[in-house]
Amino acid sequence: MAYPRMAAADARTVTSAPASKTILTATDISRTVDRIAHQILEKTEGATDAVLLGIPTRGFPLARRLAARIEAFESRAVPVGVLDVTLYRDDLRLRGTRAIGRTDVPAGGIDGRLVILVDDVLFSGRTVRAALDALGDLGRPRAVQLAVLVDRGHRELPIRADYVGKNIPTSLIESVRVRLAETDGTDEVQLWAGTDASARATGATATEASA
Amino acid sequence: MIRHLLSAADLDAATATQVLDTAAEMAGLADREVKKLPTLRGRTVVNLFYEDSTRTRTSFEVAAKRLSADVINFSAKGSSVSKGESLKDTALTLQAMGADAIVVRHQASGAPHRLTRWINGSVINAGDGTHEHPTQALLDAYTMRSRLGRLAGLQVAIVGDVLHSRVARSNVLLLHTLGAKVTLVAPPTLLPVGVGSWPADVSYDLDATLTGADVVMMLRVQRERLSGGRQDSFFPSDREYARRYGLDAIRLRRLPEHAIVMHPGPMNRGVEISAEVADSTRSTIVEQVAAGVSVRMAVLYLMLGGGAR
Repeated sequence: MAYPRMAAADARTVTSAPASKTILTATDISRTVDRIAHQILEKTEGATDAVLLGIPTRGFPLARRLAARIEAFESRAVPVGVLDVTLYRDDLRLRGTRAIGRTDVPAGGIDGRLVILVDDVLFSGRTVRAALDALGDLGRPRAVQLAVLVDRGHRELPIRADYVGKNIPTSLIESVRVRLAETDGTDEVQLWAGTDASARATGATATEASA
Repeated sequence: MIRHLLSAADLDAATATQVLDTAAEMAGLADREVKKLPTLRGRTVVNLFYEDSTRTRTSFEVAAKRLSADVINFSAKGSSVSKGESLKDTALTLQAMGADAIVVRHQASGAPHRLTRWINGSVINAGDGTHEHPTQALLDAYTMRSRLGRLAGLQVAIVGDVLHSRVARSNVLLLHTLGAKVTLVAPPTLLPVGVGSWPADVSYDLDATLTGADVVMMLRVQRERLSGGRQDSFFPSDREYARRYGLDAIRLRRLPEHAIVMHPGPMNRGVEISAEVADSTRSTIVEQVAAGVSVRMAVLYLMLGGGAR
């Protein structure tokens, strides 16, 4: 590993260390969400039958932000839900039992509708595969699309996003940390040098590691 | 999460709360069209039942099947146990068949504990003698929490045959861990020796206890365990028992507005609980059964869902 592992407290206080680089600032994230909202409206011709389903943890606040922007642009409320995929993961046996999150599908359900899955980071594609399986048990959408804030590459499955906030070329020893005001108190996307393990030691990349 | 679930005392407050929170998520599955999760695909759960049971066995079976585990139901009747096979030999046989978890009910207190020494998989106690029934305590706690919104500070009266009740013991231990206050109400003949050391108050007066209770849990009078069928050595008659320790409509009115009535089933209607009370809106008896499936799904997931320990 290129950089020594840092204790959690150090990682947060050291700002000039070369270990991390800010990829998106709060302003960038806000513009990116606006753009994706416009792209959804354009590609789906008004998102009339769309349902936004966020994947915990950070996909859910992103889905709510997208819905709020779509409503601001077109005065149309888009249903928002949250879809926990833990019980559908293919790596459950690779580590200790994971806590499961909340699943809450909007009242209208997903049958015959356009479901747009929303997540913060697209990495191996395994989370999205799990989400597709979970959707199959909830109903039969007309179509499923995927929106992500960051695509960092290294896909392990034939999956691609329909809406991408930013493509970030990464190496496997780097990690992407997304922070959102709703979950982390601030809006920021950073690229960290070091393996997932060292990044996880800072307690910040739980969704990235699973994305 | 713990490897075996033998006693409600195996669960600390954080783990017990994790089970209840997980169960709350599992409960959402009951409203879905496809009531199935792929989570425990390829795992084998054995229901090893030496005693009769309706709800516990079917509840574990439904829970395991909803998580896609393979389920083998083994009951002592109709098996080699009736030819004299020992618990150990039966356990080793099931082990050789690749059981990842054994859900065991046995008439001997401590049988699940013995089982853990012979097999590699997880052991879940589904009721052993007069000792413990931890998943019943979990589903009772889940029902209380979903009806009343909290557990800490609740006043819970557990009424009846405490002496033979594994449900009472597990509930006292779990509710104490989760911050509720338990009062045991029973005739002196139906209280176990050493009940003074339990983390619960003891009362012989049901009416006095009812006025301050948030939850009243009625226990079944376990006729099959009343020594040699000589019920009259514990109390004179069903009528006298019902008059002093049974919950009827008149006593129900003494309860605070919000209080709920629970019963682990099966009920002796007219003895510990009147039919009117059992069928009232205050009674959570049917909810408890539904909660049982969610709680057992949570336990199976938390014990078997992860990788090698």
